Amino acid sequence: MKITINGIPELINEEKITVSDLLKIKKFTFKMIIVRINGKVINKEDYDKTYISEGDDVQVIHLISGG
Amino acid sequence: MTLCLNFNFIKEKIKNRIVGIAGCGGIGSNCAASLVRSGIQNLIIADFDLVSEDNLNRQFYFYNQIGQKKVFALKENLLKINPYCNIVAYDIFLNFENIVEIFKNVDVLVEAFDESFMKKTIIEAKIQHLPNVPLIVANGVAGLFKINEIKEISFDNIFIFGDGISEVNENNPCLAPKVSIIANMQANKVLELLLNK
Repeated sequence: MKITINGIPELINEEKITVSDLLKIKKFTFKMIIVRINGKVINKEDYDKTYISEGDDVQVIHLISGG
Repeated sequence: MTLCLNFNFIKEKIKNRIVGIAGCGGIGSNCAASLVRSGIQNLIIADFDLVSEDNLNRQFYFYNQIGQKKVFALKENLLKINPYCNIVAYDIFLNFENIVEIFKNVDVLVEAFDESFMKKTIIEAKIQHLPNVPLIVANGVAGLFKINEIKEISFDNIFIFGDGISEVNENNPCLAPKVSIIANMQANKVLELLLNK
């Protein structure tokens, strides 16, 4: 399926995957992240039960220390 | 939207508003100073830390304040700019629960933590318990570079400023110019939101 990750179109081999799957596939191992799908923030507890499908716009924001 | 930006108008419009500042380091102290200069009269500030010599490379404190609690030193410095403003200072280690409690009545909340874990915590607290309070976050403020990559990301009443990449470490310290730029972008957003209210 085709999805967009942080504004970049990407081809994912699976047809339907969870947020957790996507984070594994894309090697987003960094813990301090905010995930949005089509604009909606996904709670961390829902990463295993929230599915990403064709055409979804996924945004992964890394939170960076320093202030 | 066209706004009358006469300074008396600005001051009148924002004088009864309350701004929360979570963290009083490089971001929080500089953001608070700009807000008080701009006419904000009610601030709630919170931090647990002490002023150290290292902080003076970017934070709004002075040499004779080393060793003092940041919240009380900042209150003193802000009152030197405007002795008539109301500063409520919490000397406290913030967490998910007390963030909600302390900042539940502010009109705008500024995230000014150092650690990414706390940035995530305040974003989650805002989403779950403070849906109507705009949150303005700093993200990627360290070092000298990527100034032209500083951007604003906004969603769900959350506004994130920074380059999104530059993390603080021993070889990439936070420095006055970039930290102040981002702290002031946050202060500018506070004013923009309050004036559009």
